[in-house]
Amino acid sequence: MNVLVPLPFVLLLLGAALTMISRRRATWLRVLAPLAVAASLAAACGLMAAVSRDGVIAVQMGGWAAPLGITLVADRLSALLLVVSIGVLLAIMLHAVAEGAGGTSETEPGVFYPAYLTLTAGVALIFLAGDLFNLFVAFEIMLASSYVLMTLTPTAERIQAGMTYTVVSLMSSILFLASIGLTYAAAGTVNLADLSEHVANLPEGTRTALGLLFLVVFGIKGAIAPMHLWLPDSYPAALTRVTAVFAALLTKAAIYALIRVETLIFPREQVSWIMLVLAAATMLVGTLGALTHDDVHRVFSFILVGHIGYMLFGLGLFSIAGLTGAILYLVHHIVVQAALFLVSDLMQGRTGETSLRRLGGLAQMSSFIAVLFFIPAMSVSGMPPSSGFIAKLALFQAGLGEDRVIAFVVTGVAVLASLLTLMAMSRIWTLGFWRPRPEEAGEPPAAASYTRASTRLMGTVTAVLVVGGLLIAVFAGPLSSWSSMAAADLLDPTAYRNAVTQGGAP
Amino acid sequence: MTGPALVLVLAVAVLFAAGFNLLMERSLIRIVIGFMLLGHGANVLLLLAGGAAGSPPLLGGKSERPMADPLPQAMVLTAIVITFGVTAFLLALAFRSRILLGEDEVRDDVEDRRVHTGQRRQEPWAGGDAEADPLEENTEQESAEPGRTQQKTTGQADTGPGDTGHGDGAKGGGA
Repeated sequence: MNVLVPLPFVLLLLGAALTMISRRRATWLRVLAPLAVAASLAAACGLMAAVSRDGVIAVQMGGWAAPLGITLVADRLSALLLVVSIGVLLAIMLHAVAEGAGGTSETEPGVFYPAYLTLTAGVALIFLAGDLFNLFVAFEIMLASSYVLMTLTPTAERIQAGMTYTVVSLMSSILFLASIGLTYAAAGTVNLADLSEHVANLPEGTRTALGLLFLVVFGIKGAIAPMHLWLPDSYPAALTRVTAVFAALLTKAAIYALIRVETLIFPREQVSWIMLVLAAATMLVGTLGALTHDDVHRVFSFILVGHIGYMLFGLGLFSIAGLTGAILYLVHHIVVQAALFLVSDLMQGRTGETSLRRLGGLAQMSSFIAVLFFIPAMSVSGMPPSSGFIAKLALFQAGLGEDRVIAFVVTGVAVLASLLTLMAMSRIWTLGFWRPRPEEAGEPPAAASYTRASTRLMGTVTAVLVVGGLLIAVFAGPLSSWSSMAAADLLDPTAYRNAVTQGGAP
Repeated sequence: MTGPALVLVLAVAVLFAAGFNLLMERSLIRIVIGFMLLGHGANVLLLLAGGAAGSPPLLGGKSERPMADPLPQAMVLTAIVITFGVTAFLLALAFRSRILLGEDEVRDDVEDRRVHTGQRRQEPWAGGDAEADPLEENTEQESAEPGRTQQKTTGQADTGPGDTGHGDGAKGGGA
């Protein structure tokens, strides 16, 4: 059973190598790459089943005992996120295949698929990593491939945005490395399970300092309020399918790492209010920013920033209920944000526009796209029967269940931010779908940019993702009980620690 | 024992300060150099985390004295490889930027500048004119800042002659 733990990651890297070799044969690429992701998804599902049966599974790579070797750990949280994110990545991959990505043309050489698979492998390794340094390496794998994807099919705008993105990510990586060095100097280990024992002996001040350092590191990577500025500038410039990947996973991986690290190292009482304040700021800045922009991609990027605040809110509460809400929100948001960007790709394919000034009449042109936009838009604003509502409800209940004034205040801000999100979404709906097409927009492009079959496949993939978002709401019961067990494991790492110290070789 | 370690700590401080300072420049090549300095700083910091200098290395044999911690050294090796690869990518990106934009400076974001200058957005339903394109205004502002452009040209003139590599770059930038 232990061999299942590294398998999702290994299969993806293997796929990346194979696509790299066959990068001149477009047909092979389009078959091999989705196959690799599908195989990895199957392995992740198997891992999830194994975790639900045996609890935490840890593997020592190379057979070195726990604090020395490279440990991979799968617990409830990582197994769940692994399945959800690889599933979403498979959907986006199929969308890209339908779009005819990675042609062997001059402007877009066949690096899309290898880079995409490496990014997916990085994401998988982030969820499985059992020590801080391995986490750093996983982030670098993910980010290095994201730099390539960001600047794919270079235009002047894309290169400029890519430069901002690359430099900011690199700076946070350097800070990450420095924080790891300081942690090692203080505690003498980087293994997460080992750390959870050793940090108890550290002076309060050291723990606070380390916790704050990691908050800054993952705050930059995850776009938390004062450190979010790079995101809305850079994401919209990339190809839409690439932006969908970034928006769905990159920031969420950082939030996962933040949850993992902060539940182990932070002295909770002292600094949880900092997180709550940052969460409130992030929600307000993101949703208000979404209202000031005209470009659909920028609106979605700001919505993404705003909703990072909800996950930080759940983490900042440091209760089982709060963490459950944060985990539910992670799952919901990975699916819904990807769906939103894929829909915007369909909108762009249909009208050739992303600016709200020139969009219009989409509801008349294609009611299919209108429905596909409407469902995730309502979900992200938290309308009742959707997954967003379930996740927000869990968070609000957790916030109101606390006996602290600040938790009440932040819950209020969260409600306000939901309303602002609804406003931003209604703005897109009114301008893009409801009103007649503005005159200055000119004629819509003849739908010759894609073949009929590929348009249909793209629509199907997006529809599947939208339905997946609805399924989260349908299976909210099992999902939330799974999340609350994962949250309990996070707050009491005994099982995690035992599994790591007794874990065998694969 | 404390002597060399203190020097290293100071070196880390200087590398980080200089690196972050360079990151805030607008010229891409300075940003790349800043990133390299930061990388070195972080690597030295990791090495310091392994304890004081001067212990014998871990080489299979036995030693009466405590041996140097090999784990930070392994980490530094990995980190060096990563920094090296990423620096190469950054340089390629800076080169691309020079070809495509004709300059290696980071410009302001167009949309951000529109929001920042408080230019009133023409709400589409108000039937405003679509001529007020922020892009056009942007180019006007760009040319209205002669200081930066001039600085760039003098920089090119300094490095241009004598070095063929730079000469090629300047030509590519002009084209």
